[in-house]
Amino acid sequence: MSDTTEPAITLSAVGLSRSYGGKLAVDGVSLELRRGEIIGLLGPNGAGKTTTMRMITGTLAPSNGSVSICGIDLIDEPTAAKAKLGYLPEISPLYKDLRVDEYLRLAGRLHNVRRSAIAAAVERAKRRSGLSDKGRTLIGSLSKGYQQRVGIAQAIIHDPDVIVLDEPTVGLDPNQIREIRSLIRELGNDHSVILSTHILPEVEAVCDRVQILHNGKVVFADAISGLRQFRGGHSVQISLRWPPSIGEIETLVNPADVDKISDGVFRITPEKAEYDPTDALVRASVEHDWGLFQLAPAQASVEEVFVQLTQRDVADADADLPDALPGSEASTEETA
Amino acid sequence: MIFTIAGKELRSMFTSPLAWVVLAIVQSILAWIFLSRVNFFLLNQAEIARVPTYPGLTEIAVVPMFGVASIVLLMSVPLLTMRLISEERRNQTMALLMAAPISMSEIVVGKFLALIAFLMLINLMMVLMALSLLAGGTIDLGLLIANLVGLILLGASFAAIGLFVSCLTTHPVVAAILSLGVFLGLWIMNIFVSEPDSLLNLASLLKHYEGFLSGSISVTDLIYFGLLITTFLILSIRRLDADRLRA
Repeated sequence: MSDTTEPAITLSAVGLSRSYGGKLAVDGVSLELRRGEIIGLLGPNGAGKTTTMRMITGTLAPSNGSVSICGIDLIDEPTAAKAKLGYLPEISPLYKDLRVDEYLRLAGRLHNVRRSAIAAAVERAKRRSGLSDKGRTLIGSLSKGYQQRVGIAQAIIHDPDVIVLDEPTVGLDPNQIREIRSLIRELGNDHSVILSTHILPEVEAVCDRVQILHNGKVVFADAISGLRQFRGGHSVQISLRWPPSIGEIETLVNPADVDKISDGVFRITPEKAEYDPTDALVRASVEHDWGLFQLAPAQASVEEVFVQLTQRDVADADADLPDALPGSEASTEETA
Repeated sequence: MIFTIAGKELRSMFTSPLAWVVLAIVQSILAWIFLSRVNFFLLNQAEIARVPTYPGLTEIAVVPMFGVASIVLLMSVPLLTMRLISEERRNQTMALLMAAPISMSEIVVGKFLALIAFLMLINLMMVLMALSLLAGGTIDLGLLIANLVGLILLGASFAAIGLFVSCLTTHPVVAAILSLGVFLGLWIMNIFVSEPDSLLNLASLLKHYEGFLSGSISVTDLIYFGLLITTFLILSIRRLDADRLRA
């Protein structure tokens, strides 16, 4: 693969670490982002997502490591690098006593939008984030969902190359979440977006790639398809009223792993990803009167994924890393 | 960019009632002092004329007003500086400024200039009151200018120190009390010092302000205030940069 066929790298962070009072909050996190790509930073609370994002946006100094945005080093040339960056912090940085238009004009001026272009930039940002009719409203009197949109509008007003969104959907209702997600996908067409969240389906719905953080380290980094695979994308869960023994199911769908989850509920994971045991299971259920009432793709929950990842992290600490984990290699090397 | 920040700061000062209340109270106090001094001059004109080097209208009415103004600024500037940085930190709006392509010096100088602009309003009202005496008499313009320069420098020093203190905490009230303490300390530090060349005398705000009140603009006093202001602006910039630069 040559550089001409791949979009340009817009953000690259290498070996970022940060400690608070001797305790490492982020430990050797590396990220790379190309134009038109949406990457999700996923992790439980306290995993170091916000700290990582603050370091990427130049609002917090890393103890170690470097960040460059479109090839400009963030610590050596902060103003040049920050001009290419839009940031929505975890808590939107809103001046509640300003009107939406006033606030966006201020944000635009702070981000070097020319005086002559500012009205158009404000209109564009409002249109994209669904605020067109709210221009004259005081920010303090907007609902939480609309305030969040003002926060996003602020981050995109100067048409930045990299957009960093820290938990953009927290505290919104399902409709608002859907709208914000589709806005993020739209932004991902011509910008690079980093998004942090602790909601796994959100990453699957929006992102192209995912990095999972746990205790400040990257424990998983892959494309979304890799995450689906990891969540057991090709296994199925079957619920039966009159279940047979595990052995019976095993012989039916061989070769596959069959786990009994609870009474009458089994998870079946074929060894070959392309083999779909659904037909065989339905036929057998009718034939032997197992009372099939539910058959669905089995996906591990966020908690299960975290448990698996973190357990594997411990198990792999002494052994060589498996090839399937390109992202965690870098982080372990850093700490070694 | 500095002026964008200064403009934003001024706007938020005047959208809250605080700025208006401070302006109203300061103006009432200074006008009261001024009027009572003018009244004193009118009642005692005959006796005053009998003093060999008799003081003029400016000495009797304008200088005391500037003297009181220094105390009034000492009390009110902490209220104006307390929220400059600490409130931005508290409301998490500092992230907007920190992530924007502007340097910390631009943020600090912008906010400092906004405060100076506000203090200039108070100064302007005082100059207008002094100039109103021209309607019925003459005033010593040189003395007025020396007093004005002194008060501007004093206000700027308070602003710079208050701005720095506001960088230290996320609680505006704590910032206000701390600044007030620092101002009072600088004000009274030489109170029990008898020898004129003592270090405490050289560092005292009051000593340097007194020179301007008596009508002399000395280079020493200018340097003193210049150094004080620059030092605290640089300290503020360094304090904010500490969050951004390598830990």
